[in-house]
Amino acid sequence: MQNIIKIIIFLIFFFIISVFYISLTRETNYDTSNLINKKITEFKVINADETGFYTRDDLKKNDFTLINFWASWCAPCKVEHPILMRLSKSKKLKILGVNFKDKDKQAKKFLSDLGNPYDFLAKDINGKQSVSLGIYGIPESILINNELLIMQKFVGPLSLDDYNKIEELIK
Amino acid sequence: MKFKIILIFLLINAQFLLAAEKKIDPNEIHKNLRCLVCQGQSISDSNSDFAQTIKLVVKDLIKEGKTEKEIYSFMSDKYGEWIIFKPQLNIHNSLLWFLPYIILILGGFFLFNLIKKRQ
Repeated sequence: MQNIIKIIIFLIFFFIISVFYISLTRETNYDTSNLINKKITEFKVINADETGFYTRDDLKKNDFTLINFWASWCAPCKVEHPILMRLSKSKKLKILGVNFKDKDKQAKKFLSDLGNPYDFLAKDINGKQSVSLGIYGIPESILINNELLIMQKFVGPLSLDDYNKIEELIK
Repeated sequence: MKFKIILIFLLINAQFLLAAEKKIDPNEIHKNLRCLVCQGQSISDSNSDFAQTIKLVVKDLIKEGKTEKEIYSFMSDKYGEWIIFKPQLNIHNSLLWFLPYIILILGGFFLFNLIKKRQ
């Protein structure tokens, strides 16, 4: 009987240590990997000059679309801008820039100073549209194909590695 | 007699009528949603940009007539289950929900046997 109690105590101890070990070493930050290969089910952003909307149907027309959330007040957006300028030269890829919680005047100045890499320009005035794509900070970019499947999601400024990855994916 | 029947009928259905009338409290939902850009804060506690956006979206979803469950499902679909504080009951965390009951039952048996043997 005493042996059984000892085994039970050991098992409980082992279980507690295992739970702590798994919980403390587990990556609990927001992980975008669960969005890859998911289809975009809702998408509607107003275009920059407020004359119409970009919807899922517009995205279907392009082989590949990179949806980039940016703002003039966002310093990392300036960092990734040269990468976007390089990507804009790609013929297979269209870039939709979504100006996030920004002022029109400042957004225009940002693009006139640094160049405009966007094929389409939209805006998300209050940030509500960003939620439908699982955005929680900017810059963030989502690469989708013409079936509206998310191929890759980039959190933070695009790097040279990301550039190479995008080029590889749209080959 | 008729009056009594009506009264009984109303009493029986009162909870359903009240449930239909019950409005979803957005703050209750905010308290159960994690602010992903904050350290251990809920959407309700935080005043960050992200929290404000989520509050607006929750407000819209309530306006659209979505239930609490549908709102949580929408959020976990976009940001993963991590955004919800209270774990949902599914196969991955079933142990978390049922283990305390299993331990309670096993403990009860253990104590019962122990007392019985001593007697």
